Amino acid sequence: MLWDTFILALREIRRHILRSFLTILGIVIGVASVITMVTLGNGATVQVTQQIASLGSNLLMVSPGKRLGPGQASTAPLFKLADVEAISRDVSSIAAIAPASSKAATAVVGNENWSTTITGTNNQYFKIRMWPMQSGRQFSDSELRAGAAVCVIGNTIRSKLFGGQDPLGKRIRLAKLSFEVIGLLETKGQSTMGQDQDDLVLIPLRAFERRISGNQDISLIQVSVADGISTEKVQSDIAHLMRQRRHLAPNEDDNFNVMDMKEITKMLTGTTQVLTALLGAVAAVSLIVGGIGIMNIMLVSVTERTREIGIRLAIGALEREVLMQFLVEAVALSSTGGLLGILLGLLACMGLKNVLQVPFVFNPTIVLVSFLFSAAVGVIFGYFPARKAARLDPIEALRHE
Amino acid sequence: MIMIATDQQENQLLIKLQSVKKIYGSGQAAMEALRGINLDIEEGDFVAIMGPSGSGKSTCLNILGCLDTPSEGSYSFKDIAVEKLSRSQRTQLRRHYLGFVFQGYNLLSRTSALENVELPLIYRGVHIKERQLLACQALQSVGLGGWETHTPGELSGGQQQRVAIARAIVTEPAVLLADEPTGNLDTVRSHEIMELLTQLNNDGIAIIMVTHEPDMAKYAKRVIHFRDGLIESDKQNGRKQ
Repeated sequence: MLWDTFILALREIRRHILRSFLTILGIVIGVASVITMVTLGNGATVQVTQQIASLGSNLLMVSPGKRLGPGQASTAPLFKLADVEAISRDVSSIAAIAPASSKAATAVVGNENWSTTITGTNNQYFKIRMWPMQSGRQFSDSELRAGAAVCVIGNTIRSKLFGGQDPLGKRIRLAKLSFEVIGLLETKGQSTMGQDQDDLVLIPLRAFERRISGNQDISLIQVSVADGISTEKVQSDIAHLMRQRRHLAPNEDDNFNVMDMKEITKMLTGTTQVLTALLGAVAAVSLIVGGIGIMNIMLVSVTERTREIGIRLAIGALEREVLMQFLVEAVALSSTGGLLGILLGLLACMGLKNVLQVPFVFNPTIVLVSFLFSAAVGVIFGYFPARKAARLDPIEALRHE
Repeated sequence: MIMIATDQQENQLLIKLQSVKKIYGSGQAAMEALRGINLDIEEGDFVAIMGPSGSGKSTCLNILGCLDTPSEGSYSFKDIAVEKLSRSQRTQLRRHYLGFVFQGYNLLSRTSALENVELPLIYRGVHIKERQLLACQALQSVGLGGWETHTPGELSGGQQQRVAIARAIVTEPAVLLADEPTGNLDTVRSHEIMELLTQLNNDGIAIIMVTHEPDMAKYAKRVIHFRDGLIESDKQNGRKQ
């Protein structure tokens, strides 16, 4: 009997192919959009975490001003080279330390010009960022000491200003001064925040102070902690030292900030998680809209089918047999729609993975939840109106137009 | 043989209605569709119920067909007190003893003639092979051999009614209830349907038919006239052998 009911239900689905298709469509779209959005969001979060991990977990960034929130800091005095030297001297377990001062400037070669950021630093910078040379060399000691007009450039600068040609030995005009290119960095690609990391010009710190900024302020100190040493210890040592050097009273807050990568990770993944939640909410709305679609089709079709129910009851179908048929129909339609939705969602993720360059993170929970939700909507709205119709007197159901 | 069997059956009481009333609505708005009907129908009988609109003939047929329940009075079918049965027990009764033919055919749309005829057998739990065989036989017996795969939309009114009759008799019911079976058909088709019903009656199926066409009532053995919810007259037709 159950098998016959199953066959009956499948026949009805096949007979009303358009109606069945419309019912399924709502579920397919709802499930597919939820899965796509959440999967891509999760992928973005994982990508951020991976990129930060690639920076090295032993990196500390010392910046002036108190951190107020993501990307915000109060104004405070900048550092001096003496601060860098003090940290390097007084804090143990430091593998490398690099001061960095940056300024936006236009780089000009011949007729080409390009807005970029000039950063004054030293050779430790390459070590801390784990950034090897593609060609050329780092700064020499004499260049660093003298503040020579030499620079190391990223690959974006090469392609924008030298048309992809070998830039070594050529000259770039930066802030009306001519710098010789001595090194080319390997390509790093986009950062987590979407910045082009290869769009940079590095010059000796002294050259920056003398020729570009005209002062001796340092806006960022990057510290690499020696292997096997906890970053927390070094972090608190630096903070302690900086408080002393800045003469802060015990009741005063820090007017600088020592951030390790874990905090940055937390901050960035927090942002992407908010985005994921937002995308998920949008997708949930589409799932609900899909659910309402299913509900409408189901309600309309059951009303339309009241006469059919009457015929079946009149020729000897029990109420529960009619109900079973409608239930099987609803389950078959909903689950088919759900499965198609999952398939479509995963295919969309695979496709978008390459376009958005986000890793594919399969989340079984969201697949299951969206499937169950749409299936439940289909079954509930397929079943209950049918129950109402099946409880009518057969003669009343037959008269129904 | 058949004659003897028919004679034996005719002596057995199939249906007995005693002071059956059917009241629609309640209070001031209450409308008595049936106001106390007493009716005996024997097995193998062919009864035509006639009467003007609103005389209660369709209500009576629905009660006889266990599609509706009497408000008062008793209805016994093969000595079963129908008014005491539950909804599903009445369904079981319909399933095993009753066949229906409606004025509007009431076939499932977009469903082949064969599948329409198979339907009552499905609910009886008949195996698929046997089901298809019986359904084919029923379609042949109403003269629709070769039309098995056609859907109602592809059949004429007369053919649709034949499918409906095939569906009603495929379970070999004791009674065939027909509510204006020729109401939607032209004269030639109507007579064809009536001849088919007469033939089925000769095979031993009792037929209770509502009609308001005297021409059609002539095929019956017995004609009952309803008026204002009561039986006005109950005559044997000359046709009875």
